[in-house]
Amino acid sequence: MLLTATLFAPLVGALLVALVPKERVSLARWVALAASLATLGLGVVLAARFETGEAGFQLGMAADWVPAFGVSYRVGVDGVSLPLVLLTAVLTPLAIAGSWRMPDRPRSYLGLLLVLETAMLGVFVSLDLFLFYVFWEAVLVPAYFLIGSFGGQRRVYAAVKFFVYTLLGGLLMLVGIIALFWLHQKATGVPTFDYDTLRDFDKAPATQRWLFAAFFAAFAIKTPLWPLHTWLPDAYTEAPTTTTVLLAGVMSKLGVYGFLRFALPLFPDAAHWFQPVLLTLAVVGILYCALVATVQRDFKTLVAYSSVSHLGFIVLGIFAFNLQGLQGGVFYMVAHGLLIGGLFFVTGMLEERRGTRRIDQFGGLQQSVPRMAAVMLVITLGSVALPGLVGFVGEFLTLLGAFLENRVAAVLAALGVILGAVYLLWAYQRMWHGPLEREENRALPDLTGREWAILGPLVAAIIVLGLFPRPVLDRVEPSAQRVVEQTQASSP
Amino acid sequence: MHLLAQANTELLPLPQVDWRAIAPELALAAAGVVLLLVVAFRPKAGRGVLAGLTLAGLAVAAGLTAWNWDLSRVAFEGAVALDGITRYSRMVLLAVGALATLMVAQGDSREGEEDDTPPEVFPLLLFALLGMVLLAAASDLLVVFIALEILSLSLYVMAGESRRQAAQEAAMKYFLLGAFSSAFLLYGIALCYGATGTTNLLGIARASADPTSDGTLLLAGIGLLAVGFCFKVSAVPFHMWTPDVYQGTPTPVAAFMAAATKVAGFAVFLRVFSGALGGLVVSWRPVIAAVAAITMLVGAALAVVQTDLKRMLAYSSISHAGYLLVGVAAAATVPAGVSASMFYLLAYAFMVMGAFMVVQYVSRLGPAPEGSGEPEGGAPARPDPRERSSLDDYRGLARRHPWAAGLLAVFMLALTGIPPLSGFWAKYYVFLAGIEAGLTWLVVVAVISSVISAFFYLRVLAVAYLQEPVGDAGTASGRMPALGLALGLAGLLTVAIGLAPEALVSAARTAERILG
Repeated sequence: MLLTATLFAPLVGALLVALVPKERVSLARWVALAASLATLGLGVVLAARFETGEAGFQLGMAADWVPAFGVSYRVGVDGVSLPLVLLTAVLTPLAIAGSWRMPDRPRSYLGLLLVLETAMLGVFVSLDLFLFYVFWEAVLVPAYFLIGSFGGQRRVYAAVKFFVYTLLGGLLMLVGIIALFWLHQKATGVPTFDYDTLRDFDKAPATQRWLFAAFFAAFAIKTPLWPLHTWLPDAYTEAPTTTTVLLAGVMSKLGVYGFLRFALPLFPDAAHWFQPVLLTLAVVGILYCALVATVQRDFKTLVAYSSVSHLGFIVLGIFAFNLQGLQGGVFYMVAHGLLIGGLFFVTGMLEERRGTRRIDQFGGLQQSVPRMAAVMLVITLGSVALPGLVGFVGEFLTLLGAFLENRVAAVLAALGVILGAVYLLWAYQRMWHGPLEREENRALPDLTGREWAILGPLVAAIIVLGLFPRPVLDRVEPSAQRVVEQTQASSP
Repeated sequence: MHLLAQANTELLPLPQVDWRAIAPELALAAAGVVLLLVVAFRPKAGRGVLAGLTLAGLAVAAGLTAWNWDLSRVAFEGAVALDGITRYSRMVLLAVGALATLMVAQGDSREGEEDDTPPEVFPLLLFALLGMVLLAAASDLLVVFIALEILSLSLYVMAGESRRQAAQEAAMKYFLLGAFSSAFLLYGIALCYGATGTTNLLGIARASADPTSDGTLLLAGIGLLAVGFCFKVSAVPFHMWTPDVYQGTPTPVAAFMAAATKVAGFAVFLRVFSGALGGLVVSWRPVIAAVAAITMLVGAALAVVQTDLKRMLAYSSISHAGYLLVGVAAAATVPAGVSASMFYLLAYAFMVMGAFMVVQYVSRLGPAPEGSGEPEGGAPARPDPRERSSLDDYRGLARRHPWAAGLLAVFMLALTGIPPLSGFWAKYYVFLAGIEAGLTWLVVVAVISSVISAFFYLRVLAVAYLQEPVGDAGTASGRMPALGLALGLAGLLTVAIGLAPEALVSAARTAERILG
């Protein structure tokens, strides 16, 4: 019940926002913020009630939805999904606070952000494959309108590309889900989409490969894996910044979460069969996107490519099939959400001040906005995985896991760490250090109270979780261990 | 069924009259006649009165259908079958008829323009429905033909009941091609009779199972039957008439044709192919599956390049016919194919009606009464209906008419198949049936077509939501109570079926056993 309340609180908030009269913009903002904070509060209660040593699903709820199809409403969290639920609950109020000054149709914008939150939370907590698919596709609708309605110059193009790309993957996954459902029904006579049942159901290795391929289509596009990433720079760059925060911070985790939760435990043999492919794609993605990021002129696009590059590490960790890799992958998902969220927030704040995102338009900002520069330094260093900050823990664990499984992949991926340092620090140097040459950059205002309220919690989390990752890792470990066992169970 | 023995004797048997079995048809016929008389002798009767009478007739027919709900038998020497398909399609058809009545009551013309849907449309609507309801129950190829002619003739006239040139042209085209397809169908019936010695579906089923019967003749007959049906449900390559007709006819009539003709057409398609000819499934399934694949892809691909919403909806309805054909192809061996198709028809009927209602709403808004960008002198701003559903008219709809835009979004997303709206479950169910029947390749084609179709459904939303309004287009506002009610109902059904499809899926399951 608690989980259901957490899941639907944003949706209720969105309905309330829609009911606020058009003129009362300020009230709408407060309602949206209150709804997202209520969700966060419920999420915190959820975390407090969570049993740390437990590997299975907790705090769940199950009810019939469409018994004629064997579809049920079944939700629950384990050590893998809980951190992602909390990440979503933390980033959404920050995104709403970040959109506070948004002049254009604020009610619609905030309402859509809240709908997006419910859809994304639903993906993380669904334990019925059909329900999972419903939330998976439901993410598209608010994201489409957020990008297409409120984005930049090429917003319609970016929104349609994003929608169609993701829909293609999703529908192929639907075929896979139906086939799995039907195989199970044929074998046992029971129509069900229940995750646990379908996972424990024996599937022939050849069948597994086809089904894995169907799920792979959805997850690889959503993550995105190279070479299916081309929708992402357009979508991230064109979307309004606070939407990009949610897209990069949370939505990008849906794909990797899908691999971890569904593709691996449901089709362990196929996962092993596909492992070399996945590791190759991850490593190529890490290096390729890092190189592309290096030459970007627009800082937002640079961050978008860096996001794809870093997600490669998560895929690498997950497809290492060992505890270090999986645990690191989950931790890195959280870290990535905080860091990439921070980078996009700062980008948005700069754009608000200067009306541009071109790197060469800045320089020496440290002198005019020293506090902002300090905050940005922490986030940048976190992103290049400086020890003591949150990015390091995730990157180290995923690389360790990958090293134990496949040394070549790990070594090549480690090159990506170096490249990451190159493009992020170089960009930092060009934008924030050096002489303050441009007149426009001289009189920029430093962080306001509202901006502190957004960046403060992020920076605190980046430092605290970097120094004390144990509370998160402890909760992840039993569930990650379980995934490791399930993935290796039937492999020869 | 024992009566069938008599049917094969030399004497023409007089069928036992089973009034109860055709009670809904009788009610529709009676209501149609009453309305015809009212229109003839009280030409000044208001639209409200006529619409009220039509709705009353539909309500009586619906009540009689409910009364017959548990009836499961063949009547009239096996010429009419009362089974799940019959009652499910009857209910859907009557609901579609009610929504169409509301649309007609609102009319398709702008203020100051000549009325586009004259009062005769009401009785014609009832007669068309009579044909459709009978078609869904027809269990004898002759009854199939008669029902098809009743509905076709009514629709030809409805399509042409407008002074606009485009409508007349559309009606002419529809009539010529429709007559052509009727000839195919009739020839097919004759060949089937020649091969099996009966026009009764039960008899054909029995004869086709008999190895000594003339297989070639029967197959030729089946092929011609398929051509006739494919014309009616606008499957590729017999779809050519659809875009022109939908675009040219008044919107309420187009909506009715798009929704109701499909329901009746597929009901008979299922009954003849999956029921009577189920034994020959190996012979016809590859053909139907191929037609389904081509229909889905061509419909979706051609819809992408349309700039007129009605035309786009026509191509979209073609691609939806393709999805339904997947259900038909599956239905002969998998019972879920029948229920999936029935459920699809239900969901589709309301989505597509809803989409056309938004078209009607927007085209009635028209440009502002004065001082719009139109040149002076051209008295009715844009008299040609071909230009009245251009996508440009939808620019910035969300800012000026948020409710209409919201409903448009619901219908477009439902037609795309986004959960949790009704169209999603419909698509899912058909995919499920297809995979169960071993037609996975066809389901993958359906997926590809769905992705292509997302382009044009989204484009409508992009125009309505993501673009700024231009000039004064659509600033006029008028009260449209009947249309508003119809829109609300269609939207509510699309969302409600999406959130709670259980009851209607279960009802569709009862249609899986085909009688006669």
